Amino acid sequence: MTEMVYGAVQQRAGEPILPKWWRTLDKWSMTCVLILFAIGLLLGLAASVPLAERNGFGNFHYVMRQAVFGGAALVAMLLTSMMSPTLVRRLAVMGFIVTFVALALLPVFGTDFGKGAVRWYSLGFASLQPSEFLKPGFVVVAAWLIAASQEINGPPGKLWSFGLCITVVLMLVMQPDFGQACLVLFGWGVMYFVAGAPMILLVGMAGAVVVGGMVAYSSSEHFARRIDGYLNPEVDPTTQLGYATNAIREGGLFGVGVGEGQVKWSLPDAHTDFIIAVAAEEYGLVLVLVVISLYALIVVRSLFRLMRERDPFIRLAGTGLAAMFGVQAMINMGVAVRLLPAKGMTLPFVSYGGSSLIAGGIALGMLLAFTRARPQGGIADYLRGRG
Amino acid sequence: MIRTPLRPLARILEAREKGENPDAIERENIRRRHAEMQDKSRQRAEGRLLVLGGFFLCAFVVIGARMGMLATTEPVEPLASAAGSAIAMQRADIVDRDGRILATNFDTHSLYAQPPQMVDPDAAAEGLIKIFPDLKKERLIKDFTGKRKFVWIKKRISPEQKQAVHDIGDPGLLFGPREMRLYPNGRLAAHVLGGAGFGKEGVNAAEVIGVAGVEKQFDGYLRDPANGGKPLQLSLDLTIQAASERVLYGGMKLMNAKGATSVLMDVKTGEVISVVSLPDFDPNDRPRPPTSGDASDNPLFNRAVQGVYELGSTFKIFTAAQAVDLGLVNPETMIDTSGPMRVSGFPIGEFRNKNYGNLSVADIIVKSSNRGTGRLALQIGPTRQKAFLGSLGMFDPTPFEIVEARGGQPLFPKKWTDLSTVTISYGHGLSSSPMHLAAGYAAIANGGHYVSPTLLKQREPQLGPRVMSPEAAEAAQKMLRKVVTSGTASFAEVPGYRVGGKTGTADKPKPNGGYYESKVIATFASIFPSDDPKYVLIVTLDEPSIIAYGEERRSAGWTAVPVAAEMIGRVAPLLGLRPKVEPGQLAGITLTSN
Repeated sequence: MTEMVYGAVQQRAGEPILPKWWRTLDKWSMTCVLILFAIGLLLGLAASVPLAERNGFGNFHYVMRQAVFGGAALVAMLLTSMMSPTLVRRLAVMGFIVTFVALALLPVFGTDFGKGAVRWYSLGFASLQPSEFLKPGFVVVAAWLIAASQEINGPPGKLWSFGLCITVVLMLVMQPDFGQACLVLFGWGVMYFVAGAPMILLVGMAGAVVVGGMVAYSSSEHFARRIDGYLNPEVDPTTQLGYATNAIREGGLFGVGVGEGQVKWSLPDAHTDFIIAVAAEEYGLVLVLVVISLYALIVVRSLFRLMRERDPFIRLAGTGLAAMFGVQAMINMGVAVRLLPAKGMTLPFVSYGGSSLIAGGIALGMLLAFTRARPQGGIADYLRGRG
Repeated sequence: MIRTPLRPLARILEAREKGENPDAIERENIRRRHAEMQDKSRQRAEGRLLVLGGFFLCAFVVIGARMGMLATTEPVEPLASAAGSAIAMQRADIVDRDGRILATNFDTHSLYAQPPQMVDPDAAAEGLIKIFPDLKKERLIKDFTGKRKFVWIKKRISPEQKQAVHDIGDPGLLFGPREMRLYPNGRLAAHVLGGAGFGKEGVNAAEVIGVAGVEKQFDGYLRDPANGGKPLQLSLDLTIQAASERVLYGGMKLMNAKGATSVLMDVKTGEVISVVSLPDFDPNDRPRPPTSGDASDNPLFNRAVQGVYELGSTFKIFTAAQAVDLGLVNPETMIDTSGPMRVSGFPIGEFRNKNYGNLSVADIIVKSSNRGTGRLALQIGPTRQKAFLGSLGMFDPTPFEIVEARGGQPLFPKKWTDLSTVTISYGHGLSSSPMHLAAGYAAIANGGHYVSPTLLKQREPQLGPRVMSPEAAEAAQKMLRKVVTSGTASFAEVPGYRVGGKTGTADKPKPNGGYYESKVIATFASIFPSDDPKYVLIVTLDEPSIIAYGEERRSAGWTAVPVAAEMIGRVAPLLGLRPKVEPGQLAGITLTSN
């Protein structure tokens, strides 16, 4: 059957990369990401103008930067999504080691840009926030360890990953960056939950969160003020939240019109933490619902695709990435509508920010790589009658 | 849990019999167990992923619903103008003792430009300089055509100016509402009121904060919404303040003085009824603080509380009153005032080198003898003198309720020598403000109690600790009256009001030490009516000089006293004092009886 002829055209085993990628890719999710990125640029046109004006740049300085970084992020996403899960895992583990070291060295070489928290490396033309890049790497490493523990004679990966998680969280808390710390903790928790956490432990953890919250409330004035501000139905109109709420109200169903919004002039974080308020004011509820559906679609679709996945590592890593992505968007928008207490968190792929864009691109690329359709041995299962 | 062995003996034996490799059975079993484990974990993960997906879906739906709820509620009016209402909070009015307005608020507008929206910057600039001549046309055009998107033009404009700017008709000229502090009486009580300026400033509102005077002292009270707009009531009387300022201004001009100040105070309550410092300013348009020159010559300087001067012979009455109080002398005790007199080698002279010979204590005050007072002071001694002046509050800034009062720190010698005792007894070597002097005279006038001067209306007498016996106070009152009837203050006789008082003419100290030959501070400290004193009036003129009877005269008797007399004549009726008609004026009327 096989022709073994000298000088014959060499044929590569398997399918060519691009067709295979296109065939197996979750095209819906990728389309959603592209739309989100486009919306981010559109909102940047509105929201970053005041910032540019304050800093003495041209009106669309930050939009240009966003476009450049976003282009890089999209390329990173596409390249990552073409890799095989094994390659992703290897690169991610190496990336995690590098970013972990970078995070550890922050107190020595990092800058705080006068914001009180040392989170960045200044590179002159741009700044780099290692914690953004650490998150996807951490998810992959933790998933790998947990998956390994499910093999016969596997290492105690759950314990190891938990230790790693606590280390990373402590390092983030020391910066301090409670937002990222919460995300990392949440990502690990979700993976542990999917990997089969005992029910007793889950109930116990829920109790611990409640008790911890109460302790924090009674001991930290800063924390208590935020919670009070959240529980109080009256919004103080001069706070960021007040401005955001009012912006959403002003916007109504169809918005006040492109470029007509006022909230971006009042809110210092209009281009990052409260970009959804800018969207609501200028483009109305319609665009906000579109944005929410896009996030929901990406997260829920990815999770449902991962349900069919047989490989525990891919399942866990994909779950962790999707959950982190989703919860970050959820917290950002939940704060703007006062469902959640105020917490600075960017809206992934929409908010301005170089590090978070590129890191988000890589993370989504990994997620797309993990959710690609691949043979799951289903037929063999049917043959063996295990369905 | 029942564990199936990896190497079941029955199958191994069977395999061995058939000559197969028994290890394959073990491998097969391991593989199956692994697959079973994976299946189990996958099924569990499937369920949990479903839960997770459901959780995310619900969360996003809730956020979307909440967004929808927020977006469909109308923006409530107070929230829509939230930024404004937060700072444009009503500042309480300031009123005088009868509730007449001294300071209130006024809605006005600020003017700003948004150059990108301008149609014709040149025409707009042209129109603006016609309305506001102080603006520079080149500067405006530069602002309007440059890169700026927002330019303040005027912080406050009147309704007429606003209409005029409207009439220019340029859409780039915009107005922001401003709550402005208004002092409807203009310059009246300028130093007390101080002034207000804008603090935090936004387009839609600006915060009004007190920058000086009572506005700054009570800034917290005036801005406190908890007071519900209740006005701040001062002890000042608007009409009396106005009369005092008029008279003092006229007197200052007439006496060629470069500055003047007066304090009118109730001797029992310590309420300051009027306080004037000239030159003054308009608190509606408070000038900028001086950057050069002597701060004490600036209109912003409050001479009544900030200015500390050697107030000269007006202090003599304190020495006499203390000497009587201590029982060292009575008003009739004769004291040798003849010269020469030296204290610590320093000669003590008299005005124009006079020599009065032996004088009674009362006459020492009437003639204003330095040597006589000095001898009394030496009898009292430094310790008791210092304690007495301290009890009159002469060493600390007055507690008067405007911020500037804290700056009126009296100057006095650190080492209180015999020479200090003597010079201070006649008012040299200790500098204090006219407000200090008013408090000191009030203690004599009210029968011997210290009262602290206050700017707030009081309901009842605020007598402080006793500083001298009622008898000593009464003796001092009589001496003061005698100064007017037969002494240096004869011009102070105001028919019907029985003024008593003491003059003081002090050479002005040079900045670098020594005294000027021909520059004086002339002070008249008076009480009236002297048989039952109710008010203290201090009038001080800075560098007065008039020509009278062919001679240049600077002494208080010729300068400050006539001004004070005119002022008493004007304000005493306003204070509700009844003139006592003296029998002498009945001459010419024939009393008949039938």
